[in-house]
Amino acid sequence: MSVAGSFRLTRDDFLLEVELELPARGVTALFGRSGSGKTTLLRCLAGLERSEGWLSVSGCRWQDREHFLPVHRRPLGYVFQEASLFPHLRVRDNLRFGYRRVPADQRRIDFDETVRLLGVETLLERYPQSLSGGQRQRVAIARALLASPRLLLMDEPMASLDAASKAEILPYLEHLYTHLEIPVVYVSHALEEVARLADHMVLMEAGRVLATGPLHELLIRSDLPLSHADNAAAVLEARVAGHDAEQQLVMLECDGGQLRVSCPPAQAGKRLRLSVKASDVVISLAPPQDSSVLNCLPARVSEIADDPHPGHVLVQLTVGSQALIARIPREASRRMALHSGMSVYAQLRGTALA
Amino acid sequence: MTWFGIGEADWIALQLTLRLALISTALLLVLCLPLAWWLAHTRRRIKVVIEALVALPLVLPPTVIGFYLLILLGPRGAVGSTLERLGANHLAFTFTGLVIGSMIYSLPFVVQPLQNAFQGMGRRPLEAAATLRAGPFDRLISVVLPLSRQGLLTAAVLSFAHTLGEFGVLLMIGGGIPGQTQVASIAIYSHVEAMDYASAHRLSLFLMLMAFTLLVCVYALNKRFKVVGVMP
Repeated sequence: MSVAGSFRLTRDDFLLEVELELPARGVTALFGRSGSGKTTLLRCLAGLERSEGWLSVSGCRWQDREHFLPVHRRPLGYVFQEASLFPHLRVRDNLRFGYRRVPADQRRIDFDETVRLLGVETLLERYPQSLSGGQRQRVAIARALLASPRLLLMDEPMASLDAASKAEILPYLEHLYTHLEIPVVYVSHALEEVARLADHMVLMEAGRVLATGPLHELLIRSDLPLSHADNAAAVLEARVAGHDAEQQLVMLECDGGQLRVSCPPAQAGKRLRLSVKASDVVISLAPPQDSSVLNCLPARVSEIADDPHPGHVLVQLTVGSQALIARIPREASRRMALHSGMSVYAQLRGTALA
Repeated sequence: MTWFGIGEADWIALQLTLRLALISTALLLVLCLPLAWWLAHTRRRIKVVIEALVALPLVLPPTVIGFYLLILLGPRGAVGSTLERLGANHLAFTFTGLVIGSMIYSLPFVVQPLQNAFQGMGRRPLEAAATLRAGPFDRLISVVLPLSRQGLLTAAVLSFAHTLGEFGVLLMIGGGIPGQTQVASIAIYSHVEAMDYASAHRLSLFLMLMAFTLLVCVYALNKRFKVVGVMP
């Protein structure tokens, strides 16, 4: 385990009490509604809040009962909700702020490469005030990376951005996360963002951890609020198998079957993540013959649970080694006599690239 | 030796004034930095009491401040007598006494602009700097001072200019001894008392020109160094 710790912090009438164990690689989302303590927990990890408890990151004790490593001695990168660039420094000097404070023999990040990776080459001589929101946030991310962190903490880096800036920055983040070899902790309250970026999830509520585990498992667990939301969705990992130029479709291979989706052509072999909404999954007992739905996967019912809406049920399906959830009318479930273990077909009405 | 018709004694008074203004401004800036920082960030309730104390010289007659300081720093006062017992001299009618007096008198003019600058800056730039490996002193030099330079400049100029024109406190505590504690403003007063209006005119005009030049420089600098207060 690379990041492990336990925190206890009282603030006015709020109590944060959390035990944490995060994987050594990949993106962990701290997810929960506002006020659940996500940001406070992130600040505890950084040492920006002084909490009781302990924290160890890749074998180093950052704090325990006797010691508290101050923020500037912790090799971390922190991206704030607002870019928080230094207004008196040009972009170049903002970027170099952390970089030049790390001894040369401990730098693990190349300046020029990072600048290129986040597309800020042309902004170096400008002052932060003259940048757009998306540009500022990219500079802030590059600045955090250039301090050669062993842990990257991101506090809703896209929350203050408009839709266009979000769309601009997401590809950079995705690209970044596939290349980083350090753990990333990403605070968010936007399910779509988490479904697209995270591998692992810590679900928080009222200062406590409600559940923690791989993203695809937590998303569909019927005992957690995620599957009850209107936009509840499962994620499917898939690989690009080919491209049907005539139909303008990309063929995907996933564990459990083949899919065709309309998305920009991608290189064969590339890994993609699909987000499948519970309300977009239709269950049928036989392979559909005359249907407008393109994608259909053989599946097995693993669980039928109540939906907050009394007229619906949530059906968990196993597809290969992956899982889907379907929100279907209770009446339909009764008529089809659905029960766990039953073999069915899952028609996917819409599949969005996550 | 005279320049601009200003006599030697008056030159000494001017020099004394400048020296006093420079020293008390420099000391005030150093001492008020932590005080203003604390006031800008503390959530303690005692903050309002300290703020009121800092603002007190704004509303008190300078003679009142001077009077109490004279008693306090004089041979019978708490500070003066302690100094004498330690083998040093008391501070009434001394240059050190003047420095202490003008520092107390100018305190609000230094603390308030600094406090405003720090409050406007917020904690975020420091937190960002800390996550980028900057230690406490490093943060002061590379973030706090550059971001509050407008407040620093305002504080320095106000304190300096305020000391140039100070009269009541300095007369009370210094006694206006020529060559020792007689600053320019007191020298002007003495000239007027002696009906030497010509000398009073020359010295007054000189002080006025100096103050005006100083302010012009400050406004010009302020324009060049304009720093956006909010963090983008």
